[in-house]
Amino acid sequence: MSEFLNMGGYAFYVWTSFALFFLAMAIDFISLVLKEKSIKRNIRSLMRRKKNRQ
Amino acid sequence: MHKQRTNALVRFYHKLGSPPSFYRISGYFLKWLLLLAIGLTTWGLYDGLVLAPADYQQGDSFRIIYVHVPAAWMSMFIYAVMGVCGVIALIWRMKIAEAVMLASAPIGAWFTVIALVTGSLWGKPMWGTWWEWDARMTSELILLFLYIGIMATYSAFSEDTRKAARMAALIAIVGVFNVVIIHYSVQWWSSIHQGSTVSLTGKQNITWDMLRPLLFMAFATKFYYGYSMLKRARIYLLETESNKRWVQDIIMEKKS
Repeated sequence: MSEFLNMGGYAFYVWTSFALFFLAMAIDFISLVLKEKSIKRNIRSLMRRKKNRQ
Repeated sequence: MHKQRTNALVRFYHKLGSPPSFYRISGYFLKWLLLLAIGLTTWGLYDGLVLAPADYQQGDSFRIIYVHVPAAWMSMFIYAVMGVCGVIALIWRMKIAEAVMLASAPIGAWFTVIALVTGSLWGKPMWGTWWEWDARMTSELILLFLYIGIMATYSAFSEDTRKAARMAALIAIVGVFNVVIIHYSVQWWSSIHQGSTVSLTGKQNITWDMLRPLLFMAFATKFYYGYSMLKRARIYLLETESNKRWVQDIIMEKKS
């Protein structure tokens, strides 16, 4: 196991690369989920305001 | 008088061109794209980090290839998609093309960042330098600026989203030449960067045990791009058509 983690002495370079890959994908995914939620919330409150004016 | 021909393909094209249909049809694919992306990534990582043998020259550092190369391929592929959509958006004023183009930019920029930084992390132990102003690396950096420029242009003209999308499309189209430069940079200039390891037609310079994880990761990133792009395009359509009936129906539907 420690041999695997050591990556033949290149541990820092290999693991940082893979960590960055996951970090970028995770940020993209989370920002999508948050954006969808906030857009839907905005549209809903817009509709409610319209309804109240009528 | 000529007869109007409406075959299934033409009908499908028109359907995809309308925001409500696009929203509905893309909704069927989202879950599967994400599942495929996660599944292939999990297997590709295990295959690439554990099963693939170490390189006889580069040792275990070559394993960076499994994130570096798929990300670099995607950074160029996504830009090409944006160029094509940019042309369609400018000539036919097709709103879906605008949505796909703009929705591709953030994920394309992320893949470019991954390609640049992992390249740096691979270059340090192999070439002894983090960065070199060489043709391959410089043109990939310009690609990142193009992605950022497209996103910035769109948000700068955000009062009129259709006009903003067309301005962004213009940059996307002009920037396509850079993708060609990235691809041929290792042949046209003497570069510190190695040539292609994998080619679609020629002889492969890589054994199957090392190539297999690369293909898994290449498909995984394609599927994640599909997911991220469709999801963002859907959000874009909701946002820009928020006063249309179909959007309000969807919002009401979700609530009940």
